[in-house]
Amino acid sequence: MSDTCRHRPLIQPGVQVILIRMHDEQLTVGLFVTCLVDLMRPSVGFAAVKLLENAGCRVVVPAQQTCCGQPAFNSGASAEAKAVARQVIDAFRDVDYVVAPSGSCAGMIKTHYPELFADEPAQAAAVAALAAKTYELTSFLVDVLRQKPAAGTYPVAATYHDSCSGLRELGVKAQPRYLLSKLEGLSLTEIPSAETCCGFGGLFCVKYTDISAKMVDAKVDDIAASGAKLVLGGDMGCLMNIAGRLQRRGLAVEVRHVAEVLAGSADDAPAIGESDGKP
Amino acid sequence: MQSKAHTFTANARAALADEPLQAALARFQGGFPVKRRAAIDRLPEFDALRDAGKAIKDAALANLDIYLEQFEAKVVAAGGHVHWCEDAAAARQTVIDLCREAGAKTITKAKSMIGEEIAINEALAAAGFTPIETDLGEYIIQLRDEAPSHIIVPAVHLSKEQVAESFRAHHRDLPAERPLSEPQAMLDEARAILRQAFLTADVGITGANMLIAETGSTVLVTNEGNADLTQTLPRMQIVIASIEKVVPTLEDAATVLRLLARSATGQELSVYTTFTTGPKRGDDLDGPAAFHVILLDNGRSRMLGGPFAEMLRCIRCGACLNHCPVYSAVGGHAYGWVYPGPMGSVLTPNLIGLAGTSDLPNASTLCGRCEEVCPMRIPLPRMLRQLRRDAFASGGGPKPMRAGLAAWAFVAGRPWLYRLATGLGVRILGLLGRRHGRFRRLPGASGWTAVRDLPAPAGRTFQALWTERNGARQ
Repeated sequence: MSDTCRHRPLIQPGVQVILIRMHDEQLTVGLFVTCLVDLMRPSVGFAAVKLLENAGCRVVVPAQQTCCGQPAFNSGASAEAKAVARQVIDAFRDVDYVVAPSGSCAGMIKTHYPELFADEPAQAAAVAALAAKTYELTSFLVDVLRQKPAAGTYPVAATYHDSCSGLRELGVKAQPRYLLSKLEGLSLTEIPSAETCCGFGGLFCVKYTDISAKMVDAKVDDIAASGAKLVLGGDMGCLMNIAGRLQRRGLAVEVRHVAEVLAGSADDAPAIGESDGKP
Repeated sequence: MQSKAHTFTANARAALADEPLQAALARFQGGFPVKRRAAIDRLPEFDALRDAGKAIKDAALANLDIYLEQFEAKVVAAGGHVHWCEDAAAARQTVIDLCREAGAKTITKAKSMIGEEIAINEALAAAGFTPIETDLGEYIIQLRDEAPSHIIVPAVHLSKEQVAESFRAHHRDLPAERPLSEPQAMLDEARAILRQAFLTADVGITGANMLIAETGSTVLVTNEGNADLTQTLPRMQIVIASIEKVVPTLEDAATVLRLLARSATGQELSVYTTFTTGPKRGDDLDGPAAFHVILLDNGRSRMLGGPFAEMLRCIRCGACLNHCPVYSAVGGHAYGWVYPGPMGSVLTPNLIGLAGTSDLPNASTLCGRCEEVCPMRIPLPRMLRQLRRDAFASGGGPKPMRAGLAAWAFVAGRPWLYRLATGLGVRILGLLGRRHGRFRRLPGASGWTAVRDLPAPAGRTFQALWTERNGARQ
């Protein structure tokens, strides 16, 4: 087991805690599973756990978590969003870091919880503490744990979709590409629209179906033109949207969450929207 | 202009099915964003310049009353007049009164979004005047009786064939055998008509990209030079500008200009940048004898100090439109009023009310590209969310969505219930979808499955599997 997880965060909520824990104890990372991974694709959650454990962290999964509240927040339903967000704040109070296999959910906690609770000064400290220790998975591995790319083999022509929240709210761009860089056989072709929204946008994709379809078609056209046989990304929402449109158009391109490939666990589950062949 | 924002969804659907429009939008994609990127790559200090520009506009807005009064005093000292207009109706009436005073018949107009906002052409025509747009794009859409579909390239939704068609339909002296297939031929044709208008115009109406408090000058940028002929040839010039256009100094204006063209078209500067101060002086060779500035509020002063105040930094470069995937998909007319794209989705509800426009802030994926490219660093996604909150708080949004959100919040707020409900749901869907791995159709999910397959859930939730495995571990 690597010892990279032994670096302590400099600011801790209580000096005693620091004194007790200062000597090489593992970091405790709370996995924010995200509702889409929880419900649709548990393999991504297990891949994330594997990556974090391989990096030397102790992973806990608070059972109290459900969703980050973003669907309500982005719909303008502040009270509903807050009710769900409060659970997240409580559930992850005692962990060193919160890591989500999603730029969107991590971005919600990190950049939007402070905005959501701006009218509740009593919550400010708890919200700020949570925001400060929350990371998107690949960003946490690279930016906090300073992980090096793992060697391995994954022979496929791939392309990477930068999800908007991860890219623009959290600066996730180089980290996943860096972590993929030592996988033998994996060639990463950049598409011109890598940073263009795929048209998911949460409830947007079902409220404005036609516009969303036009947007995802632009993405799918680019993917098809690139010759890539695998689309990787860090957010289930975008990936389900892209996979669903690729499949509807009959294009044989697989779509996976980057964590599955990085953890070497791609064999654990068929690609998104594919069948495992069992009856 | 009557707002059609309340039928946004239908407008968008029609736009998506409009083949010439889609072809025009596709051509547009490869243009400005690429040129903007290149221009910014040539200017390493661009981000520092953005900070400077933002600071200038923030300072101007924080003391807007002072700078506007300073601007007025300088205009008056130069021999001009300033008219303070609280709303569109007051601005229209003032312009009409001035045109009557000038005994005007023909009125030339340079491109002005404020002109669109107050629907000045319709008002002038109704009052018996003949307003003629002199910006080529504006001229074309005036012939076609259309609204601009973009704030800097108003006819971007048209093909050159459509333009040729409009010229043939409206230019009576145009011989049928004269070819109009090349842009140059169309330009020559429009120029011949517009020259005549420039020479006969009694009043010229322009907008302003900026107003300079220090000097009382107005700043206009164009690529066609039409605004200069509109300003200098008629007897009277009327500038219509909204109050947030004021900047404190000439130096400030220079800083904003460095951001404007790069963000808009990828040019270092527009072809023509003209500073105008007051009417013609005794020893000037040309210029208008009378010079008037209409200062329009129309809801802007209400935005000051509120959650949308930062919107008043907007310099109308159009970068947010050019980079918006929704604008790129449906074009400007779908937004239904004067200002399209992300800036319009914030501005329109602020100017004409959220009732009937609440689709605009909702029809965004909040992808953040607009804020990323905005030279004034306007937090557009944050404002779109604020408008969604305002709309939701006043009971807006489709009923099924509101009911769905309430049900979701009830369940998501009770982890035990959430586990029970989702556990059951993914079991069933997992079984149903197992064979193909996805659904082509699913009752209640048509918004998704109308255009894409829906991946089937794995059948067990992560939480259930995690509890099982960890239980086994211990």
